[in-house]
Amino acid sequence: MANLKDIRNRIASVRSTQQITKAMKMVSAAKFRRAEEAILQNRPYSDKMLEVLSSLALRTEEEAHPLLERRDPRRVCLIVFTSDRGLCGSFNASVLRAAERFLREKSSEYEAVPLYLVGKKAVDYFRRRNAETIGQKTEMFGKVTYGEAQTIARDVIERYTNREIDLVYMVYNEFRSALSQQVVFDRLLPVEPMPVDPETSTTEYIYEPSEEYMLNWVLPRYVEVRMFRALLESTASEHGARMTAMDSATNNATEMIARLTLKYNRARQEAITTELMDIVNGVEAMR
Amino acid sequence: MAQQRFRLEVVTPQRLLVSDEVDEVTAPGIEGEFGVLPGHTPFLTALGVGELMYRIGGEEHFLALRHGFAEVQHEKVTVLAEEAEFPSEIDLSRAEAEKAEAEADLQRLSHESREYAEAQAKLERAVNRIQVASRHLR
Repeated sequence: MANLKDIRNRIASVRSTQQITKAMKMVSAAKFRRAEEAILQNRPYSDKMLEVLSSLALRTEEEAHPLLERRDPRRVCLIVFTSDRGLCGSFNASVLRAAERFLREKSSEYEAVPLYLVGKKAVDYFRRRNAETIGQKTEMFGKVTYGEAQTIARDVIERYTNREIDLVYMVYNEFRSALSQQVVFDRLLPVEPMPVDPETSTTEYIYEPSEEYMLNWVLPRYVEVRMFRALLESTASEHGARMTAMDSATNNATEMIARLTLKYNRARQEAITTELMDIVNGVEAMR
Repeated sequence: MAQQRFRLEVVTPQRLLVSDEVDEVTAPGIEGEFGVLPGHTPFLTALGVGELMYRIGGEEHFLALRHGFAEVQHEKVTVLAEEAEFPSEIDLSRAEAEKAEAEADLQRLSHESREYAEAQAKLERAVNRIQVASRHLR
């Protein structure tokens, strides 16, 4: 006979866990909505930026700016975006797995694949594996600001122009919907302009002060915007993943409570029956 | 011509601020203030720090702007700003504090250092915010 008190305690503990997961789900849902909103707000800016950049790049030589220049890649940097906190399903695991695979495949192809890590989970993961790390950034996902993206982007740009790294990729969770995220690789540097058809590319602009000036101004900003975008996508995915994970945890807890309650009632019934038998037996014996 | 309006969009990395049909825009270009009326020749310019004005009918609206660029097309003006704020969003006392801080930094730092340039930019930004806010807040 299972101990009644044990089962009762168990139910109480599952119930309080459920309350926590339910609260976390609600918090994630609110944060998710905010993150989604931030992506939508950012979209017009980054789309326009790419458009202007592409039409500028079309009018200038490819070697006009170091950020456009393709060189023979020897050191390839991978920027890995994870979260600072766990409890968000396979969110971090899938990015880390993809990064690990990239490392394995590319380390024979290139001289070195240094990593740039964003988020505590990536830092912890690769610290144990002794991977070469050129930079890291943690504790920022409470609220992603443009300034933060700028700091990372400038650091990466500086290393790129110093020829410390020749090619830069980002790997992050791209947000599809609240329920689904997808791990994507994106090339950050050198910047690849959108192919524009010179015939249809509508307007012939006057550039003020000059095309070179505009290109110099736009290119680093474009990198910053891309970085910001990746951060936003990753944050939205994180909250979405946590929301889903906490939702299923809450459902599992409900199921568990139902099972335990059934068990509890059975045990209680059994105890009553046994007691009754004892009393009846006792009375019989007294006769 | 008078009835013809054109579209103005002001966006920053954080948000879309303005998306409206307007009659006139003036903006702080890096080589001086410029005005746009309907049918302007297409051009692309970098923006400095200053005030953007747009007029819808008789109503004038203002924004404090910091760096970015503007793309002028026949029926559309797109302003991509690094930072843009409506006067009502500017915290005057904070801007004053920033101004004082930047001025103190400028006194202290040597002219060649990177911090000096940063402090200068900060001062410029604070002054712009103060000007725009105090001019247009009732």
